[in-house]
Amino acid sequence: MAMAAAAPTVPICHGRRASPCSSKQVSVSVSVAMRAWASKSSSLSSSSSKSPRLVAAHATAVATKEAASTTSSSQGGHELLMFEALREGLSEEMERDPKVCVIGEDVGDYGGSYKVTKGFSEKFGSWRVLDTPIAENSFTGMAIGSAMTGLRPVVEGMNMGFLLLAYNQIANNCGMLHYTSGGQFTIPIVIRGPGGVGRQLGAEHSQRLESYFQSVPGLQMVACSTPYNAKGLMKAAIRCENPVILYEHVLLYNLKEKIPDEEYVCCLEEAEMVRPGTEITILTYSRMRYHVTQAAKTLVDRGYDPEIIDIRSLKPFDMYTIGESVRKTHRVLIVEECMRTGGIGASLRSAIMESFWDELDGPIGCLSSQDVPTPYSGPLEELTVVQPHQIVTAVENLCGKK
Amino acid sequence: MMVPKPASSWARLITTGLLRRPSHPFHASRSTIAPVRFPSSPSCGPFASVLRERQFCSSSSSGDESEDHLDEFLDFPGAKVGFINKIKFTAERPQEPVPCFRVLDDHGRLIKDAYMPEVDKPLAIRMYQNMVTLQVMDTLFFEAQRQGRFSFYLTTFGEEAINIASAAALNNDDMVYAQYREPGVLMWRGFTLKEFANQCFSNVADYGKGRQMPVHYGSAKLNYPTVSSPIGTQLPHAVGAAYAFKMDQKPLCTTTFFGEGASSEGDFHGAMNFAAVLEVPVLFICRNNGFAISTPASEQFKSDGVVAKGHAYGMRSIRVDGNDTLAMYATVKAARKMAVEESRPILIEALTYRVGHHSTSDDSGKYRKGDEMQHWKTMRDPVLRFRRWLEGEGWWDTDAEQKLRSDARNEVISALQSAGSQMKQPLTNLFTDVYDTIPRNLIQQEKELRSTVGRHHEDYPSDVPLY
Repeated sequence: MAMAAAAPTVPICHGRRASPCSSKQVSVSVSVAMRAWASKSSSLSSSSSKSPRLVAAHATAVATKEAASTTSSSQGGHELLMFEALREGLSEEMERDPKVCVIGEDVGDYGGSYKVTKGFSEKFGSWRVLDTPIAENSFTGMAIGSAMTGLRPVVEGMNMGFLLLAYNQIANNCGMLHYTSGGQFTIPIVIRGPGGVGRQLGAEHSQRLESYFQSVPGLQMVACSTPYNAKGLMKAAIRCENPVILYEHVLLYNLKEKIPDEEYVCCLEEAEMVRPGTEITILTYSRMRYHVTQAAKTLVDRGYDPEIIDIRSLKPFDMYTIGESVRKTHRVLIVEECMRTGGIGASLRSAIMESFWDELDGPIGCLSSQDVPTPYSGPLEELTVVQPHQIVTAVENLCGKK
Repeated sequence: MMVPKPASSWARLITTGLLRRPSHPFHASRSTIAPVRFPSSPSCGPFASVLRERQFCSSSSSGDESEDHLDEFLDFPGAKVGFINKIKFTAERPQEPVPCFRVLDDHGRLIKDAYMPEVDKPLAIRMYQNMVTLQVMDTLFFEAQRQGRFSFYLTTFGEEAINIASAAALNNDDMVYAQYREPGVLMWRGFTLKEFANQCFSNVADYGKGRQMPVHYGSAKLNYPTVSSPIGTQLPHAVGAAYAFKMDQKPLCTTTFFGEGASSEGDFHGAMNFAAVLEVPVLFICRNNGFAISTPASEQFKSDGVVAKGHAYGMRSIRVDGNDTLAMYATVKAARKMAVEESRPILIEALTYRVGHHSTSDDSGKYRKGDEMQHWKTMRDPVLRFRRWLEGEGWWDTDAEQKLRSDARNEVISALQSAGSQMKQPLTNLFTDVYDTIPRNLIQQEKELRSTVGRHHEDYPSDVPLY
């Protein structure tokens, strides 16, 4: 389980990678945490810490109509855009732990291509917010080396696609060295950056790297989709002892949301309930979440009751939340931005079929992007990714017309 | 109108200017490369004004200020340079290759007027003992592989001096990022023969828990990260570690070893560039042993070896006789001091010869002559050469040699026997350390594997404990 360090004020997130028997206890204590957060009570005893301000965002498949992950508090909180939420999370972690540093191109005075590190070099100095020459493989390697020596670097890829250049270091060293060294060296590195299909950025800037990295053992992968989970996942990723890749999406940086003022950390291994439902489980992540929620409006109008889960954790999958949902609805549709061949959807479909075959009433649907390099032309680009009307049609096909 | 000076006198001005900087036996000396001037202090970054350049970065002292063209600068952001009004291409190589520093001649005698490092008898003997033990270990482990006792091995024959002398010149807290032909560094720091053998046998005592090929040693305790097979990936790691040391203001440096073949990898370029730009304390020690498996150095690059590349990155560099223990020791010692005190990277090209095959998967007789290998193995053996010097000092003799070799042989054989007879790594360790704690999917996979092994017990090796 990815436990944060045992400092008194650190909120702890509960994952479900703990020993098999604890999952029930975990969900009980965390739902207590949820009520505590909702009622703003300040003290809470959790299983292992004396933390007075435990705030955990926990996705539960229990049928409540409240979204567990977004703030619905009317008592404070502040509004910001997603890139600002990432910035806030990163800044808090850098203040908390002097070992955290940022390495990437133009992250220093320039503030990062998407302004995630704006103001950091004044605040933390240009050594902790390191501008690098253009050599992704080498600065990723540098980050790995510094992580082995005790730092906690956050590597920013200007665009995730550029990190293809860092594939050697990521696949052969980052994910591997903890294992091959027999546990002697840890690589608590975070690799993050914007990816996914943007608006007419061309194929080289529209890569979905989660497809390529999902197979690398030793890595954890998460995808953020709201300012709330962006900040929470950023913090969790930095505190995690494993190498984590945090996928952001170019088109989501300006999403606005109100997030809590108190410190909180999301759980890296957990999925997020977006809309509880009963009829079909729609699994999605990142930008496609918004296409799904848009499609859901149409679906609800037509009388369907979809359950929407933002899987968030791409490696490992939160099979607990997904499983609970499948047991309830018996139908699954996966909506992703990866290409049809070899994407997250392909793996997820296989994992669900393997574990929940008996629960399924029909084949698992999977809507993915076309197996083509993303064209520049606007209309063509739109045709390569999944659009809301396709989601509506797919649900109608899986659930039967109403 | 400005009277342009002929290129050669401009070059003379520049080089004399360079030589007038604080004198240090290790600065680069001659070069006929056409003038491009680099700011001599970090404060003259690419955004400094032209005026500032003249005040702080002038390469000449009082005598030459009358030259007109010294006032003429082109202040591009990419470089602040004087100009020349003739076409002049910089030669692809300097007229003379960079000379190679050595202290002992091929017969182990001190060269006249050579710079002699401070090496006392205990240090010298300890270095020699390690070199011999390394040689003996390599011989017997290689044979063990040939006998099928483990699947792979690679030797360090011919490079014992590089291994041991570098290690001796470093501080034990310096991180060392090795390629794979540097077990001597571990040996110097205290890795035992048993520990080496355990790793090669992937037995239950292996610190790597059976996950890496033989010779891919690693020890957090001895500050030597586990060897990773891809060539050159350790170079940026070393730079990153040096970055961490600099951030923590520790008076340490990192060292990374690589062969001349690795200098072709992209990571070499990135790491060298980063190290120079970031001004971090890292030593890049290149073992130019003449071969990258079958590719000779003449086909690896067209530059004057690897030492010439230091200049290209703005990094101080030196070429040393890698088979000369004293020269290696002196060079690494001096480089380390500079790296730590001045927070700068240094490139050391140690010229040597790969006496053995690339590995047990290679038969180098296919691409080089047997008598060439024999010549370097016997006449140019670094171990023998150092021994001659020790004997010349009266610190070593035949009896000591016999005893050392026989003791080493017995210890190696005993280590092999002991390691070979131990159980292999248990099944549990197949799934641990992939993450900090074992995740659900791997618990599941382990369960399935155990049940398969349980059902087909006879099809699985008996020396793998099932706990």
